Amino acid sequence: MFSRKTRYLLPVLLLAVAFLAAGCGQETTDKDGLSGTIAIDGSSTVFPITEAVAEEFQKINKDVRVTVGISGTGGGFKKFSAGETDISGASRPIKDVEKELAEANNIEYIELPVAFDGISVVVSADNDFIDCLTVEELQMIWEPESKVTKWSDIRPEWPSKNINLYAPGTDSGTFDYFTEVINGKGGASRSDFTASEDDNVLVVGVANDKYALGYFGYAYYVENQDKLKVVSIDGGNGCILPTDESINNGTYSPLSRPIFIYVNTASLRKPEVEEFVRFYLTEGIELIPQVGYIPLPSSYYTQGLEKVDQVVR
Amino acid sequence: MHAKKMQQRKQKNHLFKNLSFFMTLITITVLFLLLYDVFKDGIGWLNWNFLTSYPSRFPEQAGIKSALVGSLWMISLTMPIAIPIGVMTAIYLEEYSPENRLTTFIRVNIANLAGVPSIVFGILGLTIFVRTLGLGRSVLAGSLTMALLILPIIIVASQEAIRSVPNSLRDASYALGATRWQTIRYTVLPASLPSILTGIILATSRAIGETAPLIMIGALTYIAFLPSGPLDSFTVLPIQIFNWTSRPNADFHGLAAAGIIVLLAVLLFLNTTAILLRNKYQRRLND
Repeated sequence: MFSRKTRYLLPVLLLAVAFLAAGCGQETTDKDGLSGTIAIDGSSTVFPITEAVAEEFQKINKDVRVTVGISGTGGGFKKFSAGETDISGASRPIKDVEKELAEANNIEYIELPVAFDGISVVVSADNDFIDCLTVEELQMIWEPESKVTKWSDIRPEWPSKNINLYAPGTDSGTFDYFTEVINGKGGASRSDFTASEDDNVLVVGVANDKYALGYFGYAYYVENQDKLKVVSIDGGNGCILPTDESINNGTYSPLSRPIFIYVNTASLRKPEVEEFVRFYLTEGIELIPQVGYIPLPSSYYTQGLEKVDQVVR
Repeated sequence: MHAKKMQQRKQKNHLFKNLSFFMTLITITVLFLLLYDVFKDGIGWLNWNFLTSYPSRFPEQAGIKSALVGSLWMISLTMPIAIPIGVMTAIYLEEYSPENRLTTFIRVNIANLAGVPSIVFGILGLTIFVRTLGLGRSVLAGSLTMALLILPIIIVASQEAIRSVPNSLRDASYALGATRWQTIRYTVLPASLPSILTGIILATSRAIGETAPLIMIGALTYIAFLPSGPLDSFTVLPIQIFNWTSRPNADFHGLAAAGIIVLLAVLLFLNTTAILLRNKYQRRLND
């Protein structure tokens, strides 16, 4: 019985090998004659934009091979400053230690802001008492050794129910940014909250709990508007809801931040990388809303293109 | 008195049987719940287009071609590296090595290696294969790292298998005038092969499902071409699945479930191959 079965083994294995080998043939020709490989790594926040740009870019330039990794902002900079990648995505500006490392390896680079990422503060759709929080109230809730345990601790008219907190984990750029602008120091936060690196876990947690409060990337709120209610934020100029417009024109403050790509200038002198970066800052902008982010005012992109011109010239 | 004791013993016997059955039921229920959940979300996304497309920002157009081929590349490089080294190490340790402190030391350390978190192997792979040996973020670097990761599993399983071969078989072989190599080749290995293959099955499953060490060495997430050689960059199924589950758009979660089904299918195919081989050798031994 088994010997009959094993007879099929060889053809099946050969088929698997053939499938692998099928990958070896590289197809397609190219009209611009651009070719080569562009290695990109860095923040998972910037990833969806870069992925979209890479996808469209490769439709036009079929011989250019773009690869995108998600080592995180810090992990990406480690590879970038070792000269292993051409472009690095970052959800925060480069730190001094990272700059020094790049200098030590003779890596020069330019910084290009590519989009806004808003942080939305959310509660469950069932929550009927909250509309707005001030930055001071947010700090009261989230500061280290916070005294807030019940909603009534924030405003006496709110219910005397336990407040259940959800936020991204400490490795996340969103956590770093939120704690920096709200608590005054990156990483300083109370620690008795439900933490997850996966924002979808936070969405489910907040959506199913009437007395929950959480914060995470704006894109995750946009995709789950039916389950969540977004809280408007008063940064001193009245309550502002996060919307595409308020994030783009900067009135949703302080919880929106620019995200960047860093480009190695030596790589930028290669025609395929130059073309990719120009594509990113022109046609690429139209792709940004499709993946849940908000484009910057157009002056940022013209400035970015000028930086590219200066290097290439 | 006697009858009562008899009844008690029978009751205990019965109780233990039911308890074991109940525990098995728990395991099976968990497995089926997981499978049900994955199939419910993923089956609608599973089609030919999904298998033959590259990743995309549009869920309808996205596929796992590069991840599937990357996983097959990695496994087909990892196993030929890990199996001979693992099995031969086990043969040396069990059949040749003298019983001394050094051997015991090596054995204990190999067993400990099996419990080292996979990310540590990733750091090792990044330092040695990617940077020092200059292999870059290639399939080969990934496969070598994965081979290191599963070596302890293969060695420990093979050692157990070889140790379980009764000494009477070896003695019989020597009595017929066989050399040590002939004894290993014609007696020990055939008798232990089924258990060695079981170890290899477990190791393969581990290698194909691992994500962390590959992210560490810089396997990629978005890649729209297939590796054309062992030095090309690559991605694998678990990385692609991980990436899709963390997207805000729920359609990508469906894609992730479909990716899991494909991963399970690949795993099932590889395991079936090994199980068929194992059964073949088991029969031969019993005949």
